[in-house]
Amino acid sequence: MQQSNRLAQAHLWVAFGFFIPAMLLGAWQMWMRSPLPAPLHNHPDLYYASVTMHGTIMAYVLTTFFAMGFGYAVAATSLGRPIRGKTAAWIGFWICLLGTLMAAVTVLSGKASVLYTFYPPLLGSPWYYLGALLLIGGSMIWVVLMSLNMIAWKRDNPGQPVPLAMFATTATAYLWAWAATGVLLELICILIPRAFGWTDLIDAALGRTLFSVTLHGIVYFWLMPAYIAFYTLLPQAAGGRLYSDTMGRLTFIMFLVFSLPVGLHHLLADPEHGSGFKFLQSFLTSLVVLPTLVTVFSISASLEIAGRHRGGRGLLGWVRALPWDQPMVLAAGLSLVMLGLGGFGGIINMSYAMNSMIHNTSWVTAHFHLIFGGAVVIMYFAIAYELWPRINGKPLRSPQLARWQLWLWFWGMIIVTIPWHVTGLMGQPRRIATFDYHISTVAPMAPLVIVSVIGGFILLLSALLMLVILLRSQIGERTLAEPLRYALAVNPPRQVPAPLNGFAMWNAIVAVLMLAAYGYPIGQFFFLKSHRVPAVEVTSQSVSTELRR
Amino acid sequence: MAEQPSNPLQRPLPSGVVPETVVVRTEERWVAIMGSMLGIMMVIIVITGVTSALHPPSNVEVVDPQTLHLNGEFVESNLGTAFEPDGSVTVRLIAVQFDFVPHCVRVPADTPVRFRLTSADVVHGFLLPITNVNTMVVPGFVAEVRTRFKHAGEYEMPCHEFCGMGHHGMVSHVSVVPKDQFPEQRLLERTSCAAE
Repeated sequence: MQQSNRLAQAHLWVAFGFFIPAMLLGAWQMWMRSPLPAPLHNHPDLYYASVTMHGTIMAYVLTTFFAMGFGYAVAATSLGRPIRGKTAAWIGFWICLLGTLMAAVTVLSGKASVLYTFYPPLLGSPWYYLGALLLIGGSMIWVVLMSLNMIAWKRDNPGQPVPLAMFATTATAYLWAWAATGVLLELICILIPRAFGWTDLIDAALGRTLFSVTLHGIVYFWLMPAYIAFYTLLPQAAGGRLYSDTMGRLTFIMFLVFSLPVGLHHLLADPEHGSGFKFLQSFLTSLVVLPTLVTVFSISASLEIAGRHRGGRGLLGWVRALPWDQPMVLAAGLSLVMLGLGGFGGIINMSYAMNSMIHNTSWVTAHFHLIFGGAVVIMYFAIAYELWPRINGKPLRSPQLARWQLWLWFWGMIIVTIPWHVTGLMGQPRRIATFDYHISTVAPMAPLVIVSVIGGFILLLSALLMLVILLRSQIGERTLAEPLRYALAVNPPRQVPAPLNGFAMWNAIVAVLMLAAYGYPIGQFFFLKSHRVPAVEVTSQSVSTELRR
Repeated sequence: MAEQPSNPLQRPLPSGVVPETVVVRTEERWVAIMGSMLGIMMVIIVITGVTSALHPPSNVEVVDPQTLHLNGEFVESNLGTAFEPDGSVTVRLIAVQFDFVPHCVRVPADTPVRFRLTSADVVHGFLLPITNVNTMVVPGFVAEVRTRFKHAGEYEMPCHEFCGMGHHGMVSHVSVVPKDQFPEQRLLERTSCAAE
């Protein structure tokens, strides 16, 4: 177990170690694009390098390392035995870390300011793409290990239901494998060969389409650890039981199936796809709300059981009776509020028609910061607070500080994203280094942008507090900590049907759905004539901010 | 029998505090509620898509970005505002790092306007904040969007997709003129306000 703990801890430290500089960059970016005079405000090239770094770290590094570390911890604790394949796991860790460093150094050099979404035919240094390939490709070792560990446990425990936490973690691994195929193919077939100069013209539209395969699945890959905590850690922390084990399994299966054949809704405003497939995938996207609605129900019911057990009475008295001083319970409550707000925004984004009002405006930035930065990352904190004592055998120092940290994160995110939603509706485009606030249509956005900057610095403060809490717990005294316990279901499953205990059938269904949803949108590029384009290298030279006049 | 802790919170919750049948019944109800919510949402998406004329660009037309300036509809003399025989107008634009050509577009108010855009280099975006015009401009493809300007005035058209180090400077203008004040124009003439 000691080995599994060290593995989990190494991953989590890399995740949070990169998270802190990415937070610093994020706060500076908000300052930079505001009317307030920011340091280095005459260097828009630094802004775009910074956005690339912030996005790459938050979207790939923090999330992948967190999911891997959490996955190893869950596999060891929920199956109650050490992980099989530790050597492979460590090899994967080092490959991913090498890739991360390679990409980070290249971005720092200013030669890869193409944002984490790549945007061909813009072209950055090959070493950035190679770094991304090592990080994403290396994480496939984790995917294989999660799958093998679950299968080995099932073989040793015939007829037993796989513990929900492990079932959900394996679903996450398969989801990531499916989602990552898009970006891996884009890197291997389009970007890396062109960046090394082996090819000439490139298929930018195909690149965008392949990336869209990744773009929605990856969001749910980020989200899954939060949902795993909702189902398996939260009811336990609240002192209750999980309302329904079956609903938990169905939720994770639905995430696997519904979050993949829908990526084209990120390309609703693209001219290289026809309306039929845009409409189809937009339609399929609405099914993704189902697992979230099921979760809101199951979690509320589980918490109600806990609240009533603690003496809560009446229609809503159980809410007050919950142990809100527990970081896990507090974080989950705040997370659900942000998930609700962000979810409504998301329904606008994925809608075939309404997307036109807000496509590529600050509205979208607000949406995913609320869902991912808010609802998901706050659960990463809570999971870390839950895991740290178990991994280290050292109790969490300063739970009071942890509560402050979570509240600051919540308010910071609200203050950042509400103004962004409004400026998005006013037509403020995304990813812009600097605005000319003298223009009559831009001027009214200035006060809102300034408010959001304040939120950005609250978030930075919260992130630093988290680092302090984890470091203090790390160097604290070693005591005997309780093992990590997962919530029991109200009616624990004795036997579950095979489809709820494995993924063979669901992976086959995903394959069929992906072929139906993406077969034509991808295949068309092999028949369309003359749409390949020359690549355009992104230069590191600065273009004056005065250009905006 | 083992002694129970006096504090009820330290006593673990027993299995089956909610009977299986109750769990199943409430879940069935929730599934019905979810189904209706989803149904309503999908109906709204379909209705707004069909009725509100908010049609994202989906014309899938290819064009070679390397020969835009040599032949075809995006040669320089054909850019800007063109009148169609049916009284509508078509505006043709090229997006390049870091401007739209022409830099300023003049269109009549209260007239159907069709924008046709393409890119000469990288991916750009095209946004008219006061309208439903919002499209990506992908090299190799023509993006076509339609709108109608209700009010005369001067508007900004920023590029909304990261296109390189001068992205923040990529803003052009649209000047919407009352219909009766729009200058007379022959069929093959093209206008813009880029020179003004």
